[in-house]
Formats: sequence, C-alpha cells, structure tokens
Amino acid sequence: MSYGESLYQFGASVRGGGVSKRSIRYIASPGTSFQSTGRFAVPYRKLGMPMQIFDLATADQGFIAEVEARSHQNVKTCYQCGNCTAGCPYTFAYDYSVSQIMRLVQTGQKDAVLKSRSIWLCGSCQSCTTRCPNKIDVALVMDVCRHMSREAGYATERSVKVFADSFLASVERHGRAYELGLMASYMTRSGRVFTDVDLAPQVLMRGKLPFKPHPIQGREQVARIFERFRKGGKNA
Amino acid sequence: MLKIAYYPGCSGQGTSLEYDSSTRAVCKALGVELVDVPDWSCCGSTPAHTVNHVLSSALSARNLAQVEVMGMDKVTTPCPSCLTNLRTAAHKMEDPEFKAKSNALLDVPCNNTVDAQSVLQVLAENVDPELIKSKVVKPLTGIKIACYYGCIMNRPPEVMKFDHHENPMAMDNLMALLGAEVVPFPLKVECCGASYGIPRGDIVHKLSGKLLDAGRDVGADAFVTACPLCQMNLDLRQRQINDALRENFRIPVFYYTQLLGYALGIDRAELGFEKLCVDPRLALGRIKQPAQAM
Amino acid sequence: MRIGVFICHCGSNIAGTVDCPSVAATALKYPDVVFSTDTMYACSEPGQDAIIQAVKEKNLDGVVVASCTPRMHEQTFRRAVERAGLNRYMFEMANIREHVSWIGKTKDLNTGKASELVRMAVEKLRRNRPLTAKRFETTKRVLVIGGGVAGIQAALDCADGGQEVVLVEREQSIGGKMAKLDKTFPTVDCSSCVLGPKMVDIAQHPKITLYTCSEVESVGGYVGNFQVTVRRKATYVDWTKCTGCGLCVEKCPSRKHPDPFNENLCNAPSINIPFPQAIPKKAAINPVSCLMLTKGKCGACAKVCPVKCIDFEQKDELVTVDVGAIVVATGYDLFDWHKYPQYGEGRYKDVITSMQYERLLSASGPTGGHVKRPSDGKEPKNVVFIQCVGSRDKSVNRPYCSGFCCMYTAKQAILTKDHIPDSQSYVFYMDIRSPGKLYDEFTRRAMEEYGAQYVRGRVAMIYPKGDKLIVRGADTLAGTQVEVPADLVVLAVGAEAAKGAVQLGEKLRVAPDQYGFFVESHPKLKPVETNTAGVFLAGACQGPKDIPASVGQGSAAAAKVLGLLSKAMLESDPAVSRVNPARCVGCGKCIQTCPFGAIKEVQDRFGNPKAEVIDTVCQGCGICTVTCPQGAIQLEHFTDNQILAEVNALCPPKMFANYE
Repeated sequence: MSYGESLYQFGASVRGGGVSKRSIRYIASPGTSFQSTGRFAVPYRKLGMPMQIFDLATADQGFIAEVEARSHQNVKTCYQCGNCTAGCPYTFAYDYSVSQIMRLVQTGQKDAVLKSRSIWLCGSCQSCTTRCPNKIDVALVMDVCRHMSREAGYATERSVKVFADSFLASVERHGRAYELGLMASYMTRSGRVFTDVDLAPQVLMRGKLPFKPHPIQGREQVARIFERFRKGGKNA
Repeated sequence: MLKIAYYPGCSGQGTSLEYDSSTRAVCKALGVELVDVPDWSCCGSTPAHTVNHVLSSALSARNLAQVEVMGMDKVTTPCPSCLTNLRTAAHKMEDPEFKAKSNALLDVPCNNTVDAQSVLQVLAENVDPELIKSKVVKPLTGIKIACYYGCIMNRPPEVMKFDHHENPMAMDNLMALLGAEVVPFPLKVECCGASYGIPRGDIVHKLSGKLLDAGRDVGADAFVTACPLCQMNLDLRQRQINDALRENFRIPVFYYTQLLGYALGIDRAELGFEKLCVDPRLALGRIKQPAQAM
Repeated sequence: MRIGVFICHCGSNIAGTVDCPSVAATALKYPDVVFSTDTMYACSEPGQDAIIQAVKEKNLDGVVVASCTPRMHEQTFRRAVERAGLNRYMFEMANIREHVSWIGKTKDLNTGKASELVRMAVEKLRRNRPLTAKRFETTKRVLVIGGGVAGIQAALDCADGGQEVVLVEREQSIGGKMAKLDKTFPTVDCSSCVLGPKMVDIAQHPKITLYTCSEVESVGGYVGNFQVTVRRKATYVDWTKCTGCGLCVEKCPSRKHPDPFNENLCNAPSINIPFPQAIPKKAAINPVSCLMLTKGKCGACAKVCPVKCIDFEQKDELVTVDVGAIVVATGYDLFDWHKYPQYGEGRYKDVITSMQYERLLSASGPTGGHVKRPSDGKEPKNVVFIQCVGSRDKSVNRPYCSGFCCMYTAKQAILTKDHIPDSQSYVFYMDIRSPGKLYDEFTRRAMEEYGAQYVRGRVAMIYPKGDKLIVRGADTLAGTQVEVPADLVVLAVGAEAAKGAVQLGEKLRVAPDQYGFFVESHPKLKPVETNTAGVFLAGACQGPKDIPASVGQGSAAAAKVLGLLSKAMLESDPAVSRVNPARCVGCGKCIQTCPFGAIKEVQDRFGNPKAEVIDTVCQGCGICTVTCPQGAIQLEHFTDNQILAEVNALCPPKMFANYE
C-alpha cells in the first residue's frame, strides 16, 4: 500500500503484523484527514464548527410530510441502524452521513437538510436502498431532498448543480448530450476553466469527443419537454 | 434471429464509441439483430433525476414511446445509466397519476408497454452459452480478469430485476465461458464515483482508486466493465488517480463486448481497442495463442 | 322466563363513556327482563354476591352481565350463577368495555350501542337451555416432545410429580442447543457441566422412557386420552446391547460427512456418538454416508464391535403410546444467514455463525477449545461480532428481536479475551437488550473489563483484503462509516421456528404464528397453554427464549400437566355439535371439514350412514354446522336460532321494525 496518510490505511495490524489496541478506522473522523487532491475531504461540520442545537418542539411537520409524500416513503420506519451509512461510498465527502440525513428528516430539521452538502453529493448508487432492513428507498429520499433544496434556491455543492444544469441545457438544445459543448458550458458557468484539461489530449487524440453535436430531428420535442416542465411541472 | 430495439445512449456517440461499435459487432455475430430506436434522444441521465422525477421520466419515456411506435415491446441498451432511467421511468409510470404527469410533458404519450433490458441481460438470457462457445476462435486463456458491474446495473433489485444485487455473475460467467481466468473481485457493485468526475474529481479519484487497488490485490491483468461511466472513470481518469493517490496503476479497462468480440474473432477495427487510454497490449499479450491445429 | 341484567361500571373504564344507569333502565323494557341494575365492579366479591342475592330474591332463571370480554370473566360469572343454584349456561355476557367504552368517545352513542349489545344478550339467553358436562377418565402418562433443556426440565418435573413420562427427541442425543454451548451467560459457567447432570437424571429416572432418533408420526384422541404414534428411526445399532465403548467410531473409515453437532465445522465418522456426554451414550449409523449402507461393502464397525450390536438390516419402528397430556418443547433453529448476500453467502470461510464459534470455544469442539479460524487455522486477533443477523429486520421477514443474541455475543466477546489475551473484539449492535437479572452488568463487563469495542451500527458489507476480511459498518453515535480489518467475523444469528414445527403443529392442532412459533392460549395469562386442551408449550418453540426462561417454562408446563392429571375425572365442554339423525343424509362433508377429527360415520338401525359427534374431541368451533347442507348439525349453546335471535335484536326484520 502506498497511500500515505490516505484513508486506505488499515491500521497497524495489517501493516506491521503487530496488533494495535484499536484497529477500527473512522472514515470521516478528524484524525484521518484525506490528503489527496480532494478539496473537501474532511467534513465541514467537523472543521471546528460549533454544534447546532435543534429545537425538537419546532420540528417542521410540513417538511416531514412533504418528503414522505414526494418520496412515497415512511421515514418513521427508519430505526437508525446506520446500514445506509455503512454502505455509502460517499460518506467521506459528506457533512451529514446518510443516516443522519434520515434522522434530520425524521425530526423535521428542514434547514439543516436542505442546506446540507450530502444531498448534493449522493451518487444514487442504490447501496442504501438495496440494503435497508426496513425497505426504505433511502436514495429516493436523498433525491427528493435535493429537489427541495434546489427549489428552495440552495446549491451547497455548487459545482454539482452547475454540472447538472449544463448537462440538461445541452440536452434541451441538442436533444442528446453533447459532451464537448457540455464541458465548455460547465467551465464557463462554474468558472473552473481548467477542469480536466489534462485529459484533453487523450480524449481528443482517440476521437472520443466529436467536435459537432449530433442534432436529432426530434430536438424540438425534447425542448418542449423542458418548456412544459418549466411552465407547470415544477411541483409535479 | 432475435430482433430487438436498440438504444445506444449519448456516450456511445462520444466517449464510449468503442462500446457501441463492439456491442453492435458481437450482437451481429451472435444472431441478435439490433434495430436502432429512430430519432432517439437523451434519457436525462443522472442530472435529470436529481432535478425532478417527472422531468427525468418524460425524457426517458419519449424514447420508450419511440419504441412503441416501432411496434416493439423490448428495448436494449448497453449503458446501465440509460437502463436505470428507462426502467425507473417505466417503474414509476405504473402509478397512473405519475404516468399522467409524465405524459403531460410529451408530444406523443408513452403507454408504458416496453421492457428495457441491458445488452448483457439479452446476451445472458437469450443466447445459448453453447453457441457462444462454439463460435469462440480465440479463447481468452491466460488472462486474469476482474469483472466490475458498477452500482446500478443490478440495484435496486426490485427495479432492475436482473442477476444478483450483491454478487452478480453474468459477466463472470461469460468471461469464464470465453476461457479467461476470472478472479474473485470483491467490489463488483461498489460505486466508482459516477458522474462526479467533472464537478468533484476528488471523489472519483478516491472511489475508483479503491476499485483499482482491489483489482490489483486479486491479481487482475485487466478490468471488464459494462458501463461507459465506470469505464471512463477507471480508464480515462487512471492517470489522474495515480497523481492524486501517488499510485502507479496500469490496469486496462475493457468493455466486456470488446473481449467477447476478440474471442469471437471479430475485426479489431470494430472493437476499438485503440480508443482505450491505458494501453491494453500487455494484457492482451497474456492471452495464449490457440494451437496451430486444424 | 325471568331474566336479571347487571350493567358493570368497571370503575371508570366503562362508566367514563357509557351511561350505565341509563343502559340498565333501558334493559328493563326488554322481554322477560324482570330485574336490572348497574354495579361498580360486577366481578368483585360484593358484585358477585349481589348477583346471587338477586337470583334468589327475584327468583331469576337467567342472568346477563354487561361488562368486559368473556375471555376475562365468563368463568367467574358462570360459577357465580351456579352458586346461586342455576345452570351455568343460563348466563350471557355483553362486552361493553372492549367493544364499546374503550373504542368510542361519544357518550350517548356509546350508551345506545351498549343497550343494543345487552338486548342481543337477552335475546340469546331467552333461547338458552341448561347444559351438563360429561365426565371421563384420563391416562396418567405424559408425552414430552423435544429433549432440549425445556423438554428435559418438563420431563423431570412431571416424573418427579409422579407421572409416567415418554420423552421423544429427533436427534441421537438429548441436550438440544444447550449441549452445544461452551459457556452460559451471565455466570460463564460450563454449559455441559450444568446440563449434564439433568441429562443423566433423564436416563436414570424410573418413570421416564426416552426415545431418541424418534419423531411424532401421528396424534389422535383428546385431552386426557391421546394416542400418539412415534417413529423410532433405524440407527442400525441394537441399543439394548450397545455399551457406548466407541470402538466402532474409532475404526469407521468413512469420515467425509460434515458433523452437524459441530455445526459442520469438521467431519464426523459415519458411525458416531455425537459428544462425550451424550444421553443415551449409544452409537448410531448415518445411512447417508455409511459405506455399507450406500455401497454394500465395509462393515468395519460390525467387525470391531465387542458385543456384536451392529445391525445393517434394522428398520424404522412405530410405537404407540397412550398419554393424558402433551408438552411441546421443540425449540428453535438458527436463522440462515445466507439470506444476507452482503456477508458473502459462504464465499468467505472466516465468516461463521455464533453457534459455530461456540464449538470453536468448546473444549469438546473440533479444535479442542483453541480458537482457530476455519480458513488457515490461525488464531484470530481481531474478532468482529455482528448482531441482529436475522433479527429486527423486515427485509428478511424477521422483524422480531431474538432476545438472547446481545447476551451471548457479550459472553463470546469475554471468552475471546480469555482464550486470546492479545485479541480485540468489536461488536456491531443496534441496541443492547439485556433486561435480565445480572444481564446488563454482564454486557458492561464485556466493555469495561474485557475491552470489547462496542460500535452502534449495522454492517453493510464484508469483503476480503489479503488474508483479512474488511468489515464496513457504521458508527451511528460518531455519525460516520467505520472499517475494521477482521481475522474472524462472527454473525450473531437470530432464532427462527424449528424446521418441521408447522407440520408438528398440524398433528397436534396447535397453530403456528406467522413466523412458525406456536401460539399460546393467552399472551399474558396462559403462556404455556394452547388452544387445544391438554397440549402445553415449553421453551423456544413458543418464541425465542434464553435458558432460564426455557427452564422456567418447562417447569410451568409440568405444573399444568400435574394439575390436569391430578383430577380423577375431567369434564368436557357441553358446547359441542349435535347431529339431528332425522335430517342427516350421511353425505360425510362434516367429517371432511372437521379440523379435529371429532365426527365419525355410524349406521342407523336401517343401515343408513349418519354422522355422529364424539363429544370429548369436539372443540365447538362450528365449522361443521355451516358445512352441513341439510342444517342437520347444531352447535349447542350457539344454535342457529340463538344466533339469529341476536342478529334480529340488532337489526330487526323490517316488518317488525315499528313493533316495539
């Protein structure tokens, strides 16, 4: 192993043969900082931020009801076993673990959920949904929270939102995703003009990114999907 | 001859050209006739469902409706991301209320009569393994392969309804059939970082790095995938991963259709090995040449 | 007829939302009602005395009490009525508590509903007739099914109480799950050392007959007089001669079959005595793996046996026993953890069950009590325990808590430290459930004295890395994901109903619940009784239980049996079906539908087939009465006329609607 201080370190028992007193490894605890190119590898909440105190009596019942209605899930069936967090590959990048998001939804902490980074970073990999002992579609709950966060005007993980926007704009314009145009659009919108420039030679050399979009005849049809969605489908 | 509607997906036109061309080539060789969905459009991919489920469903349903126009009830796609969107849309549209909302966004409503399957599923369930075996001209003897399925091809099982959600075997079985040595890869369904390559490269570096590390641990000469996004993260970004993690992985990442095509003796030009970023020649060189008999 | 009505307040339970005096006043208008009053507690001694007094003073010949559910106090009031000199069946009960006051909030609606229920009871009582129970003798012998610790206790207590006992056990030896355990919680004393003497007592007790390798084939009869057929499976060894010397076990060349006693961790010879303390200590041949029985050549055991007791020609034997009562103590099975594919489905050898770990810890186990992991025989240093495998999990249809896993896991963590002082245990748990005497103190000791690291969270996946298994779980208290490189992973598998329990339940007419555990008669007040008279439950066949609870239930069931068989004669419930031979056409449909086999075919004096009810077997369920196309069967105390009278009281036929 040559990951240095990275999270791949499995404790002394693996590396040295001896037995450490405690070889359990906490993925996102402050002690195990992530020193790759990752910008936000250590959860923000833990970077010396003071704890937030929730007033349970002012739980936003409307928020709980809305999440449940839009996801068709009963969040009360979650008994906080943590299986979602245990399986979630993205935990290291989150500010609240998945099970904590579920807990915050259960207790009606609308602001904390909608402003969290985690709901923007969920990759919808379905690990949580597949393994939930209470058969809750957790990934769907995360998705719904992200929808609500977007609608409330938040974008805590801005680059993720900008990428999604750029992608959909490309689809709306061409009917299909046009990767090169998408990249250009993303760089402009996000201001991150050097994203993946290192990959450009490999990609272009292999003819993997056509310089022209593949326009389709039905692109007006596709554009109309977006148009109708913007007109009335917002709360659909 | 099995005739089935084919939805190539946007990446098949760009970053995964070789997946599309090799898929078409192997299907042809195995007697599966792919009929392109006319004027297909993007399924919306991950960005759409992270914005709104009705929008996402409508973008997918437009294509399902196109298949209905063809008079067919089954469509196949090589891309698991497209597959998830098509199947999820169909799954959600079983609720008539949702279906009405989705159709309200469309010019041509979707009746939800089409079953979407991955090309892998079509090959696994409709092509006799003995037929494949009989058509193998260059067995993959000598190469050690780790099969990586990605997170969404089999999950959640209630929606995807194919293979096993923790330990899928379809590619393992196929590769073994072709003569390859399939190593027990433990992270078959772990996420590679998905579409975060551009907005949050660090996430992909970490997650894909973990997969490459596990592949090296089990002694794989190469990875085999069925997903354009997984392939891109593991292959195209392998150099980035090496930089980020101070590593030196050099593991080629094939599409399973490329190796299947290789074994079937399909013209190399259609398989697009030259489009892979990590040079596959060393790995391909491990394949023992068949005896010069006959 | 002169009927008296008593409306009970049940303190404020009923009176809180029902106007009891008003109900009593209304009742006085009902036909044949000559006396009506309300009372604070009808079931109390003064309440019962008031009923008796009213019967005598007002010369009543029927009584209605409107109070709680008949399941609670029907017997109480029947006895009171009897003391007053009436037949106990000249009594009816209206449930205005569970059916009215506890479920409705509006007082006037409740009062109206209560009045109507009383009216129904009055109408039924008007059609009641005195019934008399029949008396019969009982067989003074008990069948105990299952030789685990619960069955052993029940058998010993029954035998010590003077009854003859037949103990039937499916396996080769009694002892059950407890015999496989290394130590027991919370005292950490040796399991086989505390169980062994009781097993020996079973073997030596003059009143106990032990049938091992045996199963119940069929059950007939009724409380006090059951006929049970037991299949004694062929062991291919004449146990009257076998001395248990073990020579054959040593010489057997066929050792490729897994050893179920050691949870398949090692192989067993084809002729075997499962463990040193086995009762009976006799050898038996496994017909699946024995070379002689499968291939027809070998016979090594027969050659070495000093008493020549090997008999390859032995056949199963059916034995019939008459018993007066049956105790079911068939125990539980362990959850099949392969239903969790994320734990490897058996691909990883060092993921084992808690019972397998018990065998690794046990001095009589396959490793002689030295903990060695299955893959390479190395001593593990990092041992991970995963709790709730097959417990509290809806996704595998096991939403219940198995109750004992928290405790045995704490015990195993403690024993791990004892066996391997430089080891470290990690316990993934959801909640620690330790509500027993000295139980919570015990789990605290595992953490505080033995340093077991308890992590609150489930485990999502296990995957191999080198010669380690990476266990990826959550620490929900820290709010994050954790990984542990484990040498050995022990799954704390939960309890599920024993295989074959449902089929045995059918034979015994004891219903299983949705998970296959037998249903007791009342969850609080009749925990060892079943709804079939004379059949009692003990131990984990009724629901997951630890050893003390199982032993307690074994004794409780024995007390019930002794109480039952101490009576010289038993009375049968006269509320049974009656066939009207004039109407019966002998079609036999009732015989087919009766779930208790209580109807037989007889011939009348002209030789025509007729149905006849066996009073003592009939349970009064009424299925036959609705099956009979001729209406020839009536259930005493619940005749069509009585039930229709109740219905009419509730919804009067239109033509009589304004006929008050």
